[in-house]
Amino acid sequence: MSQPEVSHPDARNAELRSRVADEYRWGFVTDIEQEVVPKGLSEAVIRLISAKKNEPDFMLEWRLQAYRHWLTLTEPTWSSVHHPAIDYQAIHYYAAPKSGSQPKDLSEVDPELLRTYEKLGIPLQEREALAGVAVDAVFDSVSVATTFKDKLESLGIIFCSFSEAVQKHPELVREYLGSVVPYTDNYFATLNSAVFTDGSFVYVPKGVRCPMELSTYFRINARNSGQFERTLIIADEGATVSYLEGCTAPMRDENQLHAAVVELVALKDARIKYSTVQNWYPGDAEGRGGIYNFVTKRGDCRGDRAHISWTQVETGSAITWKYPSCILRGDDSVGEFYSVALTNHRQQADTGTKMIHIGRNTRSTIVSKGISAGFGSNAYRGLVKVLPSAANARNHTQCDSLLMSDHCAAHTFPYIEVKNPSATVEHEATTSKIGDDQLFYLRSRGLSEEDAVNLIVNGFCKEVFKELPMEFAVEAQKLLAVSLEGAIG
Amino acid sequence: MLEIRNLHVSIGDRPILAGIDLDVKAGEVHAIMGPNGSGKSTLAQVLAGREGYAVTAGSVRYLDRDLVGQDLLALAPEQRARAGIFLAFQYPLEIPGVANVQLLRSALNSVRLQRGESELDAMDFLDTVKSKLALLDMDESFLYRAVNEGFSGGEKKRNEILQMAVLEPRLAILDETDSGLDIDALKTVAHGVNALKHPERAVILVTHYQRLLNYIVPDHVHVLAGGRIVRSGDAGLALELEDRGYGWLIPESGSLEEMRP
Ligand SMILES: Nc1ncnc2c1ncn2[C@@H]1O[C@H](COP(=O)(O)OP(=O)(O)O)[C@@H](O)[C@H]1O
Ligand SMILES: [Mg+2]
Repeated sequence: MSQPEVSHPDARNAELRSRVADEYRWGFVTDIEQEVVPKGLSEAVIRLISAKKNEPDFMLEWRLQAYRHWLTLTEPTWSSVHHPAIDYQAIHYYAAPKSGSQPKDLSEVDPELLRTYEKLGIPLQEREALAGVAVDAVFDSVSVATTFKDKLESLGIIFCSFSEAVQKHPELVREYLGSVVPYTDNYFATLNSAVFTDGSFVYVPKGVRCPMELSTYFRINARNSGQFERTLIIADEGATVSYLEGCTAPMRDENQLHAAVVELVALKDARIKYSTVQNWYPGDAEGRGGIYNFVTKRGDCRGDRAHISWTQVETGSAITWKYPSCILRGDDSVGEFYSVALTNHRQQADTGTKMIHIGRNTRSTIVSKGISAGFGSNAYRGLVKVLPSAANARNHTQCDSLLMSDHCAAHTFPYIEVKNPSATVEHEATTSKIGDDQLFYLRSRGLSEEDAVNLIVNGFCKEVFKELPMEFAVEAQKLLAVSLEGAIG
Repeated sequence: MLEIRNLHVSIGDRPILAGIDLDVKAGEVHAIMGPNGSGKSTLAQVLAGREGYAVTAGSVRYLDRDLVGQDLLALAPEQRARAGIFLAFQYPLEIPGVANVQLLRSALNSVRLQRGESELDAMDFLDTVKSKLALLDMDESFLYRAVNEGFSGGEKKRNEILQMAVLEPRLAILDETDSGLDIDALKTVAHGVNALKHPERAVILVTHYQRLLNYIVPDHVHVLAGGRIVRSGDAGLALELEDRGYGWLIPESGSLEEMRP
């Protein structure tokens, strides 16, 4: 349960990183600015995407196989979320941000969004970037970017966009792509495999501890790589890496459907910690607009004593459908899942995890905290599967729901399949409503109602927040506070 | 400091308090006694600002420097707290996952801001809290436990007194803080209250038993029964109640669950 020992970036570092990121963003955008492929999905579109990206044959083949398989599938209906049918032929599968629709300056941006940035204390420059303003300032940070990359490169760590990895490290991509989430995995993962445009790639060589949190690159990547991201992280034997996805400010986004795939591979004695703060546009209070976030995230503890830990704070999107999972293949390998999912207004979340115990003495821990407010609906769906080979496997699941209103809902769907009698599987679940008595108690100590709500919610989420890198945990708390404004009732 | 006039309070359409008059002056200690169900906690909760009670008549004025003559009932609970009113709950609430120290710090800082004082930094805050822990003979480990979670009854009561000691209220209302305490804990609590005594502060002790009053000597004792103060006196009244019970003071219409303390 302990975190990999990675350094907490100080404020200066954070600033540097954000400048690096800005540079990266511009490099990326100019790359694809010219290219817009007509709406709809066909083999021709996939060939075009692959050609634009100058991909090797194996990539094109893989995409086409995925596409052909996708044609045989139908959209899943088993989750507890509801949404109007998605028209897959009405999506641009390869497009730069439509410049006409980008706001020219902050005065054209939704004031509600700006108020949130202010509350979160986001610097002005960054607010513009997040809101999608067409900023044309160029930062003098080429050298900063290079220093950052140089440091990682000197350790043999590869950290780049997925496209770059395909060009520069095709052998690694070929070996590991789809090895955790095959293109046949599920409807959305298959679609992603066919059409993904970009994402992040990380390789940490044998015995290397990545000395910094890998983060802001992605913040920027995410903004431009659009709706079908693909991330692949490989920790070779004895390697350690902590990766932070997302950023804590809600991002303006025109894409309704997001179907990302994240694959983690941890070899013998390797450790991967993957932290996410997801706060895509949730739609307005009546449930109009908002992102559908259908993500497939899976980690493979491929060697003995490998360790994969997922920590997520989900506050955004109209619909979230996501189950970061661990395949515990190596003996003594460890999988962890720590999650806070908040739904307010009309948001729906169906999230959880799968822990597949294959190796001997494998251990998994699941801590899920669901917060429902307004008319939000929050479901935990988790599978713990112990195969016959997994002698002495152990799982502990703790699944708590906090209700903030009389109209919201929380559901728990635990699935447990145990095929080895020496396994121990424990499941605990609680549901509580935020109490008037608790609120009064705190207010009678001088706390405002808002502070009282935040204190209770933070207490509820504590076991998850303590798993986040410190800097991120503070931001996540602020984000929950903003997401819960006026949520009591 | 506090002026309650003809206070009527109902829960739903059931009247609980039926015309309370009470004057509490700075420097005084008042004890409010009475049988179970007589409305003592209702009075305490209404003074602290709990919603869900209907004040059907009467007024409560708080006569402190910041809020001279202001209608207390119009203020939110946090405003009352910041103005120096503190209620030690009869049944303190548990706040899972929130460390005691976190609550103490937020509370103290919000009260300090109101008083025009700056927020305490982490070191000064810890110094303050530690001196209060010592006063109440409490272990530092208390600070890092979640608020009241898994506390014994006695620990919860002591924790209320710790909060009171840290916040240094001008008007402290203690709702049966003595019940369920062993004699040592009772003495510690009394010590905490006595340490707070000051010519500019006042204390209202709601208690069912005379026992606590051996350690905190009240200036005035009131008996609440049937939603009214049926008798007021000095510390001697508490001793008389110890001997004779409440029966002789109960108005004829008052139906009571328990006749003796
Ligand atoms: N929330 C409530 N709903 C209905 N009745 C209540 C509620 N709280 C208290 N009462 C009733 O009000 C009366 C006074 O209660 P309380 O103020 O707690 O008395 P005391 O503290 O003197 O024992 C009791 O009869 C009690 O049953
Ligand atoms: Mg009571």
